[in-house]
Amino acid sequence: MQYLQQILFVALAAVSVWLFARKAGQIRRNILLGKEEALNDQPALRWRNLLLLALGQKKMFSNPLVAVMHFVIYAGFIIINLEVLEIVLDGILGKHRLFAEPLGELYNWLINAFEFLAVGVILVCIVFLSRRNIIKLKRFISKDLNGWPRSDANYILITEIVLMSLFLTMNATDLVLQERGDSHYPATGSFYFSGLLSPIFSGFSDGTLIAIERTCWWLHIAGIFAFLNYLPYSKHLHIMLAFPNAYYARLESPGKMKNMPSVQNEVLYAMQPELAPTDAAPPARFGAKDVFDLSWKNLLDAYSCTECGRCSAACPANTTGKLLSPRKIMMATRDRLEEVGRNIDANQSFQDDGKSLLHDYISVEELRACTTCNACVEECPVSISPLEIITELRRSLIMEESNAPQEWNGMFSNTENNFAPWKFSPEERDQWAIQ
Amino acid sequence: MKVMTMAEMAMTGESPEILFWVGCAGSFDQRAQKITKAFASILDKVGMRYAILGKEEACTGDPARRAGNEFLFQMMAYQNIQVLNGYGIKKIVTTCPHCFNTLKNEYPELGGNYEVIHHTTLLQQLIDEGRIQLKEGGAFKGKKISFHDSCYLGRANNIYEAPRKVLEALDAELVEMKRCRSKGLCCGAGGAQMFKEDEPGNQRINIERADEALATGAGFIAAACPFCNTMMTDGVKNREKENEVAVLDVAELVAQSME
Repeated sequence: MQYLQQILFVALAAVSVWLFARKAGQIRRNILLGKEEALNDQPALRWRNLLLLALGQKKMFSNPLVAVMHFVIYAGFIIINLEVLEIVLDGILGKHRLFAEPLGELYNWLINAFEFLAVGVILVCIVFLSRRNIIKLKRFISKDLNGWPRSDANYILITEIVLMSLFLTMNATDLVLQERGDSHYPATGSFYFSGLLSPIFSGFSDGTLIAIERTCWWLHIAGIFAFLNYLPYSKHLHIMLAFPNAYYARLESPGKMKNMPSVQNEVLYAMQPELAPTDAAPPARFGAKDVFDLSWKNLLDAYSCTECGRCSAACPANTTGKLLSPRKIMMATRDRLEEVGRNIDANQSFQDDGKSLLHDYISVEELRACTTCNACVEECPVSISPLEIITELRRSLIMEESNAPQEWNGMFSNTENNFAPWKFSPEERDQWAIQ
Repeated sequence: MKVMTMAEMAMTGESPEILFWVGCAGSFDQRAQKITKAFASILDKVGMRYAILGKEEACTGDPARRAGNEFLFQMMAYQNIQVLNGYGIKKIVTTCPHCFNTLKNEYPELGGNYEVIHHTTLLQQLIDEGRIQLKEGGAFKGKKISFHDSCYLGRANNIYEAPRKVLEALDAELVEMKRCRSKGLCCGAGGAQMFKEDEPGNQRINIERADEALATGAGFIAAACPFCNTMMTDGVKNREKENEVAVLDVAELVAQSME
């Protein structure tokens, strides 16, 4: 029986890790469908960003109360993973509380700390669920989240509550069994919260207690494995990708738009034909029409987005009722990229499906509403730039489709002919000094 | 007002301390021309040797680039960089945050390397150095002024303090809007929005921002961008507050307070 449990556990662990690794590989492949871009200069600054923005969650702290609550869930999850390590080893070796004896007093202290964190996680998850479902914060009831995304957020919070409750119940039944001197349950002493729960179980028979303890143990670890495999399909992937996304964040001024050397050269060769190489190939495409035309960092951004909506809540276009929502730009990019990924999985290589990110996922009206104010970029806690995707798509609209509102065409021709966006004579440029 | 152009200076073999990049709004827009003149008068008063490009200046290409027209941007940049490099320009000051951002951040990789400063930064330096002498008990002493952060000055280039320090030097009472500094709300003009109608929505951005500014109870809204100035002025007019609340550029506030 014991060996059967061990074999079952190892098989479960292997399958879930294998499934996760396969999906992670697909995501990596999808991200690398984007255009190359070197983002590995200044490693010291990049590590600093990783530590401050991802690990330290610096931007979250612009709202300290929410930041602390978020940190409890996050720390809870990371630190309780130490406990998961023990659980995994117990599962493989068929032992119980493997670390209890070698760690001694420290073990009790640690598990007690985990219990405090677990209770903290449960409380914060309840607060977060009510922010979404009872208080209905504006950015959580936005139409961006209609359907699956709204459920996704709730599933994550509920799963965390369930996992933590299993952990506490497991410890509580364990404690009762310890007190009864069951040889498989070494005495560890009482932990604070499971100690409070244990009286509930004091009237149960040994067999029932063992059954409850084992069930909680199995559900807890199976839940963690299931959650691991849920991550890649969920907004919750940010708990992993926030780290590389902070590291590879663009370090230049956010006001600087990415240069297009191909266009720069084309203009240079038109002005100074003697510089033009004879074999210069014209660029394949201007701007971004589909995910392939974006940088790999834009695609990593899309997978890192946790749909919190701070970007859209700060967006001047979105808050004044325009169609544009920077969060939706990121969600649309991920949705399209996932669709492209499925296409590749089914056909070995991408087969044209007659769709593109521009038009089918992101409309012209959305793109037109952006003021390039950088509020979305400034707000994002995980270093995403929705603005860069917007401007790349705008480039495609203008340079590939000549799709501009009439007023912009006027602005373009004025700039080209009169060197100012308005219809004034360049001869009058210095009139202000004379008047 | 006599303003030297680079062409005139080059004829006599002179070179300026600084080039004043006026920008299209500052050159042609009637309201922005007043800002240009106010700033030029300050430079005159402190005895700064400056020049403008005059007819040789052209749009930096900012609105074209942000609208998506990279070809036009590159053409403008090429042309401007040829002119600036031709005159051997080292240092540029501009009253427009969009020109500032483009010249400072986008021209270097195209071959245009200059020290570029925004006029609010220069004004702060001149006050700190004592070159700008402000009147004791000037026109804005004790008056409530609210500063509207320009996106291309603030979030894009991290300049939040210089304009505020200038306003404090006027002995004004600086009152902040609900959203300020890195959280400042856009006026609605950036990204080439200035040159087209708003997309459908339930409010115009400039009115939303003007409401925030009016809520501070300040009698003066200070801007540091000609486009923000237009947008805020329109917003204040829309709320029929133009007789009680004035929208002025930081340079205008300084010019009116100088000895």
